[in-house]
Amino acid sequence: MAKDNVNEFRLIGTRPDRPDGLDKVTGRARYGADISAANMLHAAVVRSPHAHARIVKIDATKALALDGVKAVVTRADFPTGLTGEDWNLQENTIAGDVALYDGHAVAAIAATSALLAKDAAKLIDVEYELLPHVTDVDKAMAPDAPIIRQGAADASVPEGLHPNVVKYIEFGHGDVDDGFAKADLVMERHYKTEAAHQGYIEPHACLGQLGEDGKGDMWVCTQGHWYIRRMCAAVLGLEGSQLRVTPSEIGGGFGGKTTIFMEPLALALSRKAGGRPVKLVMSRSEVLRATGPTASASMDVKLGMTKDGMLTAGKANFRMQGGAFPGSPVDFALYCGFASYQIPALFHQGYDVIANRPKCAAYRAPGAPMGAFAVESLLDEMCAELGLDPLDVRLKNASVEGSKSSYGPKFGSIGLVETLEAAKAHPNMLAPLGPNQGRGIATGYWFNHGGDTSVSAALSEDGTLQVSVGTPDIGGSRASIALMAAETMGIPYENVRVNIVETGALGVNEPTHGSRATFASGKATVEAVQGIIKEMCRRVASEWDIDPEAVTWVDGSAQPAGPNAGKFPPMSIAEIAGKMSETGGPIAGHCETVPEGVGASFGTHVVDVEVDPETGYTKILRYVVVQDAGRAIHPAYVEGQYQGGAVQGIGWALNEEYIYDDMGRLQNPIFLDYRVPVASDLPMIDTVIVEVPNPGHPYGVRGVGETGIAPPLPAIANAVAAATGERFYHLPITPVKIVAALNARNDS
Amino acid sequence: MQYHSPTSFDAAVQLAQDATGVTRFLAGGTDVLVQMRAGMVTPDVMIDVKKIPGVKDCVRHADGRWVIGIAVSGAELGANAELVADWPGVVEGMELVGSTQVQGRATLVGNLCNGSPAADSVPGLVAAGATVRVSGPNGVRQVAIEDIPAGPGKTTLAKGEMITAIELPPRGDSGGDCYLRFIPRTEMDIAVVGCAINVVLEGDKITSARIALGAVAPTIVVVPEAADAIIGTALDDGALEKMVAAVRAACRPISDKRGTAEFRTHVAGVLARRAAETALRRAKGEKA
Repeated sequence: MAKDNVNEFRLIGTRPDRPDGLDKVTGRARYGADISAANMLHAAVVRSPHAHARIVKIDATKALALDGVKAVVTRADFPTGLTGEDWNLQENTIAGDVALYDGHAVAAIAATSALLAKDAAKLIDVEYELLPHVTDVDKAMAPDAPIIRQGAADASVPEGLHPNVVKYIEFGHGDVDDGFAKADLVMERHYKTEAAHQGYIEPHACLGQLGEDGKGDMWVCTQGHWYIRRMCAAVLGLEGSQLRVTPSEIGGGFGGKTTIFMEPLALALSRKAGGRPVKLVMSRSEVLRATGPTASASMDVKLGMTKDGMLTAGKANFRMQGGAFPGSPVDFALYCGFASYQIPALFHQGYDVIANRPKCAAYRAPGAPMGAFAVESLLDEMCAELGLDPLDVRLKNASVEGSKSSYGPKFGSIGLVETLEAAKAHPNMLAPLGPNQGRGIATGYWFNHGGDTSVSAALSEDGTLQVSVGTPDIGGSRASIALMAAETMGIPYENVRVNIVETGALGVNEPTHGSRATFASGKATVEAVQGIIKEMCRRVASEWDIDPEAVTWVDGSAQPAGPNAGKFPPMSIAEIAGKMSETGGPIAGHCETVPEGVGASFGTHVVDVEVDPETGYTKILRYVVVQDAGRAIHPAYVEGQYQGGAVQGIGWALNEEYIYDDMGRLQNPIFLDYRVPVASDLPMIDTVIVEVPNPGHPYGVRGVGETGIAPPLPAIANAVAAATGERFYHLPITPVKIVAALNARNDS
Repeated sequence: MQYHSPTSFDAAVQLAQDATGVTRFLAGGTDVLVQMRAGMVTPDVMIDVKKIPGVKDCVRHADGRWVIGIAVSGAELGANAELVADWPGVVEGMELVGSTQVQGRATLVGNLCNGSPAADSVPGLVAAGATVRVSGPNGVRQVAIEDIPAGPGKTTLAKGEMITAIELPPRGDSGGDCYLRFIPRTEMDIAVVGCAINVVLEGDKITSARIALGAVAPTIVVVPEAADAIIGTALDDGALEKMVAAVRAACRPISDKRGTAEFRTHVAGVLARRAAETALRRAKGEKA
């Protein structure tokens, strides 16, 4: 799909072996729980079995009496007086007066073995006084809902709303009443989605060590170790620079590992146990009960359309609960909901609501899948009503470069139309459909983020290159950064090693989030490498006794810039590196930046399903992801991101959900019943990489990691509607719901 | 915890009888080890049965009876072509349990004694008319499979009793069986509903049938009314309809996180019809 200059690059766009491949297939890669230290203790966490309960008393006498139990911590071991998000993080790490959700940590224990810690934790006696609870977003906003916490709302919330509404936003443009008046069809529908977990295979794990002098170390599975450092320091009252955080290899994050959950507990236990290192590894059930899933959503959407398919106006009213703390992604759900289309008049309202559930965390394009589900479902239903082709209608209204986005600013270079056209041309669009089969299409949008970025690169004595970055590799960034460094330097890919380094080795880095690692760390790496090239040229110029400007860098060696520069044989990088000690010392480059020029990414998905009308089982027959990558640095990894997003979206659409009982306890904190798709559930997910290069990046990179999870929710809902004749407004579309709907139709 | 690995059934029975506290038998361990890890059970006494001679044997006797040892894994059953030819429904039920790794360990008796109403291998055994040999302090008795489970997580076995073998009756000619389950995924899941049907033909007509349902009541349900609806028929539409109605009438499911009572009852009928058709094809010697 690359439009131009197929042979423009030597390495960009090739698919070399991944640098972490051998370590991972041989088991040599060290994940969070693989890190150990001499004299280490093991921790276990005592968690609330109640959705909402006052903590009357915590008695650890019996546990502490056991031989080998070295420390117990409760909230009393943490500093007081925190405010804002720091207080939220501390309160979520360990409950204060009140346990706010099933799974909320109330105490932690460290002992000489993991088994002992687990057994001793059972001996910690916690007395609770049950409080009324609420887990559903609409019920949490209702006048009679139990108040989870007074004063959690910010100034944006209009008067008269329940205290559980903690943030309100509204924005829009144009005259929506006028827009709806111009429409031939106006439709309004109510949609719901349930909380879904990121489902990373590696549970949270860390090893923390903290002395009474306030100096500490932490090894942790994370997407962002500077965030871990800052948050742990805030929660424990430490100085940031005194805590050194080293990231492990990471077995999936998807946004869920951009914050802290239990890391300060390991440090607090270590401090209390005389500075002995403490390892803390979550079980799967702890991961599901106590780490952030995404929000659940209740949404109303209204659209106006002319009979030839032009959108005239839209309204969105979204309500989301993100657990017992502010922070649901209702804002981003609204920003992304209508982003694919140019709509003359729009009005958005959003409510961030707290409920007795775990504190939500980022999950791949936070909010975008919910918004896409509502808007793209409604669009599809209206196309069917008017007898219009859903893909053509999307093309007709598609956002383009220079058009005003639904959330305000004008779009720069974007590739939505290109993805729609590529989808239209894909062979899957012509595949014949049989009985009980249906095709669904949908688009989706996500941003790209710059963020604090710090990179250094250094030449080794043999002319190879090491690059130190601070963004953990969750989707191929090491390979992509190595390709960009090698391309820029003019050396083989194999001559570059990219290391994810600890907080002591670089300036501050934001996590790998916002689809930023390959964009931001990549862009900074190119700049750092260019610094090295400049320095090498300066040294060669000095040796040749010519102006530095008269030396140019071509194919990995210094050469005279032209005939006037003099006649010198090219000097290779190995030669320059070999004598750098004599020519001025080590050669390194670095870049500290908040990169501008982000490139957002649109995608279009097409899915064919077959629904068994007797059992309600939905089989995915064919699936194709078409998405704009800007430029795919390592296409295999880009395809992997597209496929991974699609699969997570398929799970969310069909089976994944947080199920609570009437006591507010999570009923499915295990992969047996929290049903992510298994390999045999899926066909090969086809991918088409569209390349509309991002002018803001030296190699045209856009963020590609997140967009892919937004379209599957509506695409599948649309396909199921086509296959069954029934429209489902509440995800997941389980067999139970399908059978109930089809039986109700048959009965009537 | 005490761990024992006796080398005879007599010794195992003695250990079980003498044990105090929570006692568990260990064959494949795919239930008990998982339950221990999850903190659901911490046995005081664990009796590993795998060292007892004969527990890995799977033998067809001259009269056509099969005797299956209590440590024969699902993978071994699936690899036994003669057993698969005789009792495809029994084997396919067992093979639906867990993953490939689990199949290397999990056993029929373990699945039975775990006491889950959703156990995938049990309806097939019940429909087949299988029995178990039980040894205990009072000697040996032969018990029908359906008389072993007593409700979720419970069996009718007395203290000191253990199952020492499973017996499948002679298949004979013109018989066929089938087990189907419903899960929202394709594997690695627990049956929301399960149904096994075993039929014997004479000419075109079904002369005997047994139908067993899983996950629609606290134990596996045998539905003689449903069997009666197809006995004496060639499985025509009218017979199938009566059978489906009888199956649904026998369902006493709960609504839980895996499905509603209405859904389970409806799908039990759907699976019964599909399983009956497959069992009939198999009885006729057709590939299915």
